[in-house]
Amino acid sequence: MDLILFLIFAALAVVCAVSLVVQKHPIGSALSLIGVMGSLAILYLLLGAEFIAAVQMIVYAGAIMVLFVFVIMLLNAGSETTIGRSWPSRIFGIPLITVFLGLLAYLLQRMAPSLGMVSFGAFNTGAKEIGRSLFTTYLLPFEVTSILVLIAILGAIVLARKEID
Amino acid sequence: MNFFLISLIKTGIVAGALLTTLAYLQWIERKLLAHIQLRLGPYRVGFNGLLQPLADVIKLATKEGFVPSHVNTFFYVLAPFLAVLFALISICVIPFGPSVEIFGIRTDMGLADLNIGVLFVLAISSVGVYGIALGGWASNNKYSLLGGLRSSAQMISYELPMAIALAAPLLLLNDLSLRTIVGEQGGYYLGFIPRWSIFQMPFPQFFSFLIFLVSAFAETNRVPFDLPEAENELVGGFHTEYSSLNFAAFFMAEYANMITVTCMATVLFLGGWQPLFPSAMGSDLVPVVLLLAGAAMLFYHGIFEPIKGRSWDRISFPAFGVIFGIVALLFLVPILKPILIPLFWFVAKTGTLLFLFIWVRGTLPRFRYDQLMNFTWKFLFPVAILNLLITAFAVALQGQKN
Repeated sequence: MDLILFLIFAALAVVCAVSLVVQKHPIGSALSLIGVMGSLAILYLLLGAEFIAAVQMIVYAGAIMVLFVFVIMLLNAGSETTIGRSWPSRIFGIPLITVFLGLLAYLLQRMAPSLGMVSFGAFNTGAKEIGRSLFTTYLLPFEVTSILVLIAILGAIVLARKEID
Repeated sequence: MNFFLISLIKTGIVAGALLTTLAYLQWIERKLLAHIQLRLGPYRVGFNGLLQPLADVIKLATKEGFVPSHVNTFFYVLAPFLAVLFALISICVIPFGPSVEIFGIRTDMGLADLNIGVLFVLAISSVGVYGIALGGWASNNKYSLLGGLRSSAQMISYELPMAIALAAPLLLLNDLSLRTIVGEQGGYYLGFIPRWSIFQMPFPQFFSFLIFLVSAFAETNRVPFDLPEAENELVGGFHTEYSSLNFAAFFMAEYANMITVTCMATVLFLGGWQPLFPSAMGSDLVPVVLLLAGAAMLFYHGIFEPIKGRSWDRISFPAFGVIFGIVALLFLVPILKPILIPLFWFVAKTGTLLFLFIWVRGTLPRFRYDQLMNFTWKFLFPVAILNLLITAFAVALQGQKN
């Protein structure tokens, strides 16, 4: 059961990722990205990380992508205009990228051979454990990230302010 | 196998009940709005218009499903589908009652009990905006686009105070599973004050309940926050170009969202199926008394004081009175009691909140767009954060004492 669900949603994630690149229209790409994020959330669920799955949906699919779609709609971005590709890229593009990715995968496999198998439901950690470790073990990185985000928000406000005045 | 069979039966029951409620919620809304405005409302189809929802469904289903030539067809068809999907799916984590025993099988009342129930509902409601936004954009019409834009801006903005208002009672109740949350709200202070979140010590969550309700109005695009479909400015807003069942899908989604948020408010703030006062003080008799009072009123108006020109009332009112009486007697049957009493309290609380939604629609005018945004960012959001901070402080102080 778990395996079937994994295969379905892993395939869906890959298909959506390919469609994200291939789509001509920005809205289509954005929707494909939402598909990728939704499938990833379900893969997290299969691993037993319910909290991470919910956060993935709320933050990425729910907040960030809504903003993306909102901006695309607001600017009313049209379809991508394609310029004719050069003949080397047409002929060698796909073979080269396949070879490159294959090499990368091979090297990663060689350099980190001790990666164990992951079983379904292996990461059975709830919100409580994550919260506790965020506020004890990883307190400093957590606070530093918060300050970084705060700085980013302030920067955005300052940039937007200039435009208004 | 047993698990699958029980789940299938429960899903059937919940889906049937939800869809019937959706259809009749619209009838109730039209009737209530009519009475607020001193009209009769739907009256022709069936007794007092009781078959009106059926007539509406037949009308919408037999209309031509017209797809205008200027739309982006794929997204145009996808949008209502997404809207209904995300609106109906959250009901599966709502617990309607405690675990009960039927024919020797012990089962929870409610479909699924997720460890992350609250977050699940938040996640689904946060992606629910895509239906409306895409519908508005794909219609390729400036009014629809404005409606879709307004809707996404509004839903992003109001999600923040809503999520923060939800976090405050979670601090008190200490769990994310909706069933455990209701369980935590059982019991009474001084023997009669219920331990619901809005009364629970150390810091009663009354303010976060209000913030949640206001944000819920905005999240479901209801008056006074129904700017995405403001008729006087935007024709029909995001659903201007939709007809037939596509249009019905958006309507259904709106009502299903209403039911979900009222269920969430009931579970998180009003103690779910926990009664208002202990059963030792006779809370089990409340549904019986209410239904019998309704039956008596129907008999009185049907037989002794019929309204002139409504001759059918002489037959229909007593008939409904008899039905009310039978339902009231069902609440006294010992076998059905453990199922019906919690269900009554849950439905009563949810129904009261739904009534509030309709009442507000009949009472308040619509906000202006800048007022809407100022209200959430400059008032609701800071107040929600302040409420969360005070709650956290109170909970921490109490934890120190113990």
